[in-house]
Amino acid sequence: MSRTAETMTAPRSLRLGRDDKPVVFAAGFVLLILLVGTGYTLYTQGSAPLLQPQYLLQQLQVGSFLGIVAAGLMVVILLGHIDLSVPWTLTAAAMMATAVGGPWAIPAGIGVGLLVGIVNGLGVAYLRVPSMIFTLGMNAVMRGLMVAHTGGFAPQTAATDVMQYLAVARIGGVIPMALLVWLAVSVVIVAILTRTTLGRSIYAIGNRERAAYLSGIDTNRVILIAFALSGAAAGLAGVLLAGYSTKAYQGMGDAYLLPAIAAVVIGGTNILGGRGRYLGTLVGVILIVLLNSVLSIMQMPEAGRQIIYGCVIISMLLVYGRGDRVAA
Amino acid sequence: MSDTVLTPAAAEPQEKSRRWGAELSLRWRQHAGILGALALFIVLYLFYQLNHPRGFTGQILIQNANEVFALALVSMAQTVPVLMAGLDLSVGAVMTLVGCIASHLVDGSPAEIVLGIVACIAAGAACGFVNGCVVVYGRIQPIIATLATSAIYMGLALILRPTPGGKVHEDLSWAVTSDLREFAATFGLFDDGEAAWLQPFAWIPVPLVLLALIILLVWVPFTRSVTGRTVYAVGSSESAAYMSGLPINRAKLAAFTLAGLFAGLGGLFLALQTSSGNADIPQAGAYTLNSIAAVVIGGTSLLGGTGSAIGSMIGAMVLRTISFNFRIFDVAPLLQPLFEGLVLLAAVSLGGLKLLRLKNKLEVFR
Repeated sequence: MSRTAETMTAPRSLRLGRDDKPVVFAAGFVLLILLVGTGYTLYTQGSAPLLQPQYLLQQLQVGSFLGIVAAGLMVVILLGHIDLSVPWTLTAAAMMATAVGGPWAIPAGIGVGLLVGIVNGLGVAYLRVPSMIFTLGMNAVMRGLMVAHTGGFAPQTAATDVMQYLAVARIGGVIPMALLVWLAVSVVIVAILTRTTLGRSIYAIGNRERAAYLSGIDTNRVILIAFALSGAAAGLAGVLLAGYSTKAYQGMGDAYLLPAIAAVVIGGTNILGGRGRYLGTLVGVILIVLLNSVLSIMQMPEAGRQIIYGCVIISMLLVYGRGDRVAA
Repeated sequence: MSDTVLTPAAAEPQEKSRRWGAELSLRWRQHAGILGALALFIVLYLFYQLNHPRGFTGQILIQNANEVFALALVSMAQTVPVLMAGLDLSVGAVMTLVGCIASHLVDGSPAEIVLGIVACIAAGAACGFVNGCVVVYGRIQPIIATLATSAIYMGLALILRPTPGGKVHEDLSWAVTSDLREFAATFGLFDDGEAAWLQPFAWIPVPLVLLALIILLVWVPFTRSVTGRTVYAVGSSESAAYMSGLPINRAKLAAFTLAGLFAGLGGLFLALQTSSGNADIPQAGAYTLNSIAAVVIGGTSLLGGTGSAIGSMIGAMVLRTISFNFRIFDVAPLLQPLFEGLVLLAAVSLGGLKLLRLKNKLEVFR
């Protein structure tokens, strides 16, 4: 009762919708991280690197790989599913891209991601295997394939010039190319989610698949496409990451799965599906990236990082990510 | 008339036998998952033993039991939240944390050792209880809440053991990782393990005995308690459980605490087995993910409501036996991860066959 009264008296422009709250709070937390980090550097070094545009752009460049992974993952999470195959899809895409080389390197990398995504989609949608376990299995299979392919060593092949250009180059020496790729992916995802029937179907399935099916949505096809998107995004991230480090290496994707899930969830997307905005995911990725960089400026040991990481996720969700009480 | 209408007395036996049949088929359906996993395990393990170059010996059995124990307990831990349609991504981290605690505490005089073991078990249960509090009072989805707490537990483990090391009591370590005879001999029980009545059982590996004890003393009583039944009820339909007045919050807290307890026991054993503590993040992640696989192979539904920790234990045995087979067949180590993944995918895809039996397409969605 009190909530409805409140929203009625509050001016329209100040009213925070259910989906706006996470975005606003996460953005506020990003500012808080910047403030704390700057305070720390001012105190210890007498400078404020965190507020320099150059530094921020560099952080965003590194963060764009995570951003692309999170963009794809968000589509799957909106369905109420999850894609745990990200780490080795990413690695496999990177390894295949460097192995193929030449003009076909990038299509090969993204193609590997797409293929893994399609297999995931077939298993989850048509075989009805829980996504948690099927994508886990696919992760193991991709890992096995890559270990067999490379003999367990870092492959000797190098990233092509185009891959390195996309990951490292800066337009006019300022804007990182990787950031633009992330932006392009973001535009595509936002367009799909808000402007197409596919996007509306994804939200519908996330809310109640049975109802979506009865309204005439081919739910299996939508799930398949969503997983394909997630796989392709992981593949693209792998291609870029290989370009960034000039080669592919074992386990390069391991550090991307959990932060990507955290970013999506901190951004207000419901882990059970059906609700969430892409803007939130964007802010969530920036939050994770800046948090990481401030912690490394502080030379925080791994133990402290892990603890802070966990506490941040829990406290953010306690503020706005709480579920409803059980009711009939 | 008198031919077609049966008297109540005459109808009863027929009714009874029909109910019996229904009961039997219900039981069969309830346990089909476990029995399937058990059959798979027996086939795989017999295949392993028959092809083992040294044949069946007690030593191999002990070694296998030791390798299975930690994963079996972590899988049993994972089962409890999964029964509630939740997921606990922190089981590997709790196992690692308790292992690191054990590497500090489980040494010294007998009293110190006992206290250390009690502290380890309490620490595991406390971790689980914290998970439960975040889920129940914080109302955060289990999967994401435990993702966050697992980072915290790993951080604590890293503080306790920045580098692998530590020490546990050697006699105890030896006693729990060998067979019953050695166990008795180490502690000077039953004429140093030579008592006549003990001989028929003397070959049984201690880890298997411990597993059986944990199931009989913890799991079985739990499933028969109101709290345990409520865990199943919440997994079937939370709102129905709520409407029936079942203690939902208590069940959730108990489920996560029990998960922490099981995972902690696994960590304690791992520390005893390796005589050290190691805050290994990839290893913790691997245990968590394998535990989910073991739960599914053991016939527990990720949607909640059906399954059992016993099934998950067998699932863990199946996973480990697959690796044993790789070892004796000289499968190139490089190909092992691939086969493991394929076996896992094949096993879970078999579940897709049940779609063929559905009469109503809507039953696909839950």
